[in-house]
Amino acid sequence: MSNLDFDHLIQPDRVHKSVYTDPAIFDLEMERIFGRSWIYVGHESQVKNPGDYFCTRIGRQPVVMTRHRDGSICVLYNRCGHRGAMVLRDEAGHADAFHCCYHDWQFDTDGALLSVPLRQGYPDDFDLNDPDKGMKPVARVAEYRGFIFASLAEDGPALEDHLGYIATSFDDLIDRAPAGGVEIAGGIARHAYNGNWKLYLENLCDGLHPNSVHRSSIEAAREQDEGTHSDGAGEIAVRQMRQNGAPYAFWENQVGLWAYPNGHAYLGDFHDDEKLVAAMADPHFQDYIAAMRAAYGEERTREILSVGRWNTNIYPNISFMSQFRQLRVIQPVSVDRTVVLGFCFRLKGAPDHMFEDTIRFANITNAVASPVLTDDLETYGRIRLGLETSGAEWIPMAREIGKDEPDGNGGWRAANGTSKLHIRNGFEAWKSLMTETGA
Amino acid sequence: MSDQRDSEAFLFEEASLLDENRFADWLALFTETGWYWVPSQAGQESPVDNVSIIYDDRRLLETRVRRLCGETMHAGLPLPRTSRLIGNVAVTGAADGIVTVRSKFTMAEYRLERRRDFAGTLFHGLQSTGGGFQIAWKKVDLVDCEAAMEGITVPF
Repeated sequence: MSNLDFDHLIQPDRVHKSVYTDPAIFDLEMERIFGRSWIYVGHESQVKNPGDYFCTRIGRQPVVMTRHRDGSICVLYNRCGHRGAMVLRDEAGHADAFHCCYHDWQFDTDGALLSVPLRQGYPDDFDLNDPDKGMKPVARVAEYRGFIFASLAEDGPALEDHLGYIATSFDDLIDRAPAGGVEIAGGIARHAYNGNWKLYLENLCDGLHPNSVHRSSIEAAREQDEGTHSDGAGEIAVRQMRQNGAPYAFWENQVGLWAYPNGHAYLGDFHDDEKLVAAMADPHFQDYIAAMRAAYGEERTREILSVGRWNTNIYPNISFMSQFRQLRVIQPVSVDRTVVLGFCFRLKGAPDHMFEDTIRFANITNAVASPVLTDDLETYGRIRLGLETSGAEWIPMAREIGKDEPDGNGGWRAANGTSKLHIRNGFEAWKSLMTETGA
Repeated sequence: MSDQRDSEAFLFEEASLLDENRFADWLALFTETGWYWVPSQAGQESPVDNVSIIYDDRRLLETRVRRLCGETMHAGLPLPRTSRLIGNVAVTGAADGIVTVRSKFTMAEYRLERRRDFAGTLFHGLQSTGGGFQIAWKKVDLVDCEAAMEGITVPF
């Protein structure tokens, strides 16, 4: 693959379609992006107690996040050091030690090999302490305030440097908890599409698409009689669908888009609390604000709740948002197949009603049968089909190019919320990672 | 045994409405406070504290059906064609005017060269009315509810 000319494929204002369609480029992405960069693995609340584990993937590779006996969090290749069988097969669980089903090799909660049956049969130099015989830890693990990342590369920038200013989006999420912390709860909303993984991140900060892609749910929601019975589910859902139908002028003039080094971005100023929770008059939201004020005081509460970020993309594999406490993990399967896992956060110290709204919002944005999401998934699939043509080789990304302004935090603010700044920025990181030497 | 026969006939008729894309007529089967639930996890106890594939109160179900009947749903142009088979119908209880019914279903779905199969257990809470039943609630347990699936537009 060394003959790929990345300067040709990725140009300032356009990319070659092969970056979405070429299996060889996908394989190289798995090696050089998912095999090199910091990849979000999970949240500490998924492994609260020693022996807890959560199985996931880094790129195509199965890994498991564990809580070791000493309280530390480990990320291990989910593979027995003997015959290579996957050791932990379920989604999550708890065990004092991990057992391989094949020949009963046993591993400690940090992956170290504890015992093998009939040890005397192995050569004299057989070493239980050899990490290659255990469930091998990945090269590097780091966390930002409970959010666990891993890198398969021994060398590279520190997580803190990789994240830079975009880490403040995690702060925004955590700050909203009256008791100062969040935990993952409420199950996983999974969906899949036949299309490239990059499309998903690109779409989540795309302020130009809702009016067209979501037209059907916008129109259906606009006509909805508010007098019809709702237990809360329809109220949240219909409001969100209507908000997607904000006129183009709103996306142009009131929504902002920011981008940061290493591919990160966020869409901002979309929601405020007036629109979010049936207005401030909602008694349950008032309870939440009261809890916030009791914890942080009036001034600080106002400051926290005034942060108006919508989706934050942490390149290359998550997008999350604080206002309805959602996180999506993007798992590339092949060049034209992607699986996405949606998670919800509970704000510690917040009234239960806040989490119920989180679930309602997840159902309308991340559920595979959502009237909103299904039109996004259809669109990703159509991009895959359209790119099969040889009608055009290039995909432009020049919208509002050259109008980005430094934001004072090391990033750039786009001219408006319909700019393709985040896509250009993502490909800048992509190119940097894909070149031989890396970032 | 009339509950058995009547509920079976009702379930068959409901399946026909869905097979024929008569979604507005399907919606009319529900009571004014009726709800429709497809959990995302086996054994999921509540739609309130865990995400679901679908959890619609009456208001959201109306919006869902209006979208299905509209002309602008990209994921529904064309709508999938579906064929349902309902079986093993069992009346499991009757109280406060609600007959509860458990049944099995399979549903073949076809759209644009792609064929999918769904299967699972249906739970209906049927409210007796003058002339028959209305759906007070309906829960659909898919055998593969935890799987990462492609978009689902037509209800089960």
